[in-house]
Amino acid sequence: MRTSTRRSHRVTALAAVAVLATGLLAGCASDDDDNSSGSGNGSGGNAGGKTTLTIGTFGTFGYKQAGLYDEYMKLHPDVTIKENVTTRTDVYWPKVLTRLQAGSGTDDVQAIEVGNITEAVQTQGDKFVDLGSQVDKSQWLGWKNDQATTKDGKLIGLGTDIGPMAICYRKDLFQKAGLETDRTKLAAQWKGDWAKYVELGKQYMQKAPSGTKYVDSASSVYNAALGGAQDRYYDKDGNVIWDKSAGVKKAWDVAMTVATSDMSAKLKQFDKPWDQGFANAKFATVACPAWMVGYIQEKSGAAGKGQWDVAAAPTAANWGGSFLGVPKASKHQKEAIELAKWLTAPEQQAKVFAKQASFPSTPAAYSSLTPSPDTLAYFSNAPLTQIYSDSAKTIPSQIFGTKDQPINTALTDVGILQVEQKGKSPEQGWDAASNEIKDVLGQ
Amino acid sequence: MKASPYAFIAPFFVVFGAFSLVPLLYTAWYSLHHVQLSSLDQQTWAGLDNYQNLLSSDFFWNALKNTFSIGVLSTVPQLMAAIWLAHMLNYRLRGSTVWRVVMLTPYATSVAAATLVFTLLFAPDNGMVNWVLDAVGMDPVNWRESDWGSQLAVSSIVIWRWTGYNALIYLAAMQAIPADLYESAALDGATRWQQFRHVTIPMLRPTILFTVVVSTIGATQLFGEPLLFGGVSGTKGGSEHQYQTLGLYMYDQGWIVGNLGKASAIAWSMFLILLIIAAINMLISRRLRKS
Repeated sequence: MRTSTRRSHRVTALAAVAVLATGLLAGCASDDDDNSSGSGNGSGGNAGGKTTLTIGTFGTFGYKQAGLYDEYMKLHPDVTIKENVTTRTDVYWPKVLTRLQAGSGTDDVQAIEVGNITEAVQTQGDKFVDLGSQVDKSQWLGWKNDQATTKDGKLIGLGTDIGPMAICYRKDLFQKAGLETDRTKLAAQWKGDWAKYVELGKQYMQKAPSGTKYVDSASSVYNAALGGAQDRYYDKDGNVIWDKSAGVKKAWDVAMTVATSDMSAKLKQFDKPWDQGFANAKFATVACPAWMVGYIQEKSGAAGKGQWDVAAAPTAANWGGSFLGVPKASKHQKEAIELAKWLTAPEQQAKVFAKQASFPSTPAAYSSLTPSPDTLAYFSNAPLTQIYSDSAKTIPSQIFGTKDQPINTALTDVGILQVEQKGKSPEQGWDAASNEIKDVLGQ
Repeated sequence: MKASPYAFIAPFFVVFGAFSLVPLLYTAWYSLHHVQLSSLDQQTWAGLDNYQNLLSSDFFWNALKNTFSIGVLSTVPQLMAAIWLAHMLNYRLRGSTVWRVVMLTPYATSVAAATLVFTLLFAPDNGMVNWVLDAVGMDPVNWRESDWGSQLAVSSIVIWRWTGYNALIYLAAMQAIPADLYESAALDGATRWQQFRHVTIPMLRPTILFTVVVSTIGATQLFGEPLLFGGVSGTKGGSEHQYQTLGLYMYDQGWIVGNLGKASAIAWSMFLILLIIAAINMLISRRLRKS
């Protein structure tokens, strides 16, 4: 009897181990299932007649909000769409990079931010499907296509939105400070040069309503000014030229005027206090790419309604925007391409604009653009469509590089921030950014 | 069935091997190469370049210095407060369970939630801390950008989260101290403070050592609190990297800048630093045991 109980103990023990082990394996396996449930059904799993397409995005693309997924699923009853959203690009992109190279785990459609598109083009070109032959390229703005085209002419991403520039300003604060409040006259006052826009800030500060500043941060002025420059951080051949670039120098100087004066609310963009700054009317103007319009409306809330207005920016500029690509690792390439094409077609881009003012990269959509009545009322009935499409048509083609984003962060969040918040001199700020960029480039 | 104990512990080692050992070795391999996150298959042999690069990098030494100073700023007050709390809770108290549970709640909150609240408290414009400073007539501090202010703010999050946890460990150890030791001390006329100083502390020595080791390891790897405290581009740890810890610098180099070789070298440097700390700890504990 004894032996038999002992044996049964052993058996139980072994069984327990076995269960644990299979549990682990099953854990891995089911994970596998998860990853490919969207893509793995291609060959055999279509018994239910449904293909699940996954789309990986970041931030707020607005497709879901504008009801585009539902619409597509209605048009294609055999397709189910699942969106995987990562809030921040700096979390999203490293994840995509590793998955692309592993050749698995990618979504069927993968969004790419403009700050990462060059890295994608130069290093991941062979991991994406060439979409050039699938679409009519002339739908998009030329420079938008150029950004997503590899050296050997493959188009790896279809343009979604772009970020043409304007200035959003609060009429109520401008009036109290004794400034012009008419959007056309204002635009005329700063036309042609961001320095003029900053100059007006000095005037504003002389009679500024208490507790308010002219602009949210020096970095936002920097980004806006740089968005209109022909040369940025890289030259055509991919060499880093940031410290010789006239565009960078000019944007830096304007930002330094802001940082060393008292006209900045010294907020870091997309930080909580910045959001609160909108709600509490802490600053009178903000550089306002089209996608910012929806953001202001949300953060500034009911109290800001009718107080905000939009005027043309000093120079045409672009800030932000994205692309949709289809990884070769997708097991439903055909269906994924269809979805990407449909989502980026002018009609759909116009619908996203109507929802959250993300501006289309397809000029064909411009004539039919109508912002939502809410947005129009919020921004004092400013002619949003006209202001942004005028800007969009004259944006210069810009050259980006693989380390564009880290270099930009070094200049704004190290260089400019030190001058703005820690009282360093512009030279010290420049040197700090310079050291940081050397570290980024591994020099 | 001599194998069965091994079978029992096997799951742990299988998981450890797959998710700790292999990555560890892989990281070592990476650290000897120039590798970019965007082209993992293009590895060029670098030898010790990445390590040399670190030794001559101001950013690395700055991160090391920050890790050390934030470590001291957070660990020392935290352990002292924990002992004091445990000592208090060791007396007969009404509702002692309630106090113990309350003490452990910070430990149970997530880093993200805690840091979010602290970020609001330390907001330069309308945060509560500056409001209090203002009320007592002091100048407000830009908690995120000032050098010592930011380190203090980050440390306070760590202290808040971990004090209760350590206090519970101390409390458990205190309750294991035989009551007759206190009785005889009391008979000899020892005051409460003297009892604490000459009975409690010596008896707690192994526990204290344990918590010091664990807290030191935690401090060396400090990451979540400063990252979230920094908000946007938090991996920089402030515009002058005033609270960029080694963990943040590693993450910044690896995932934001995309320089995986260098990031791996930082990871291994951290590992070596931890080994040195462990060795020092061992020496000290041996000393203590002998005395």
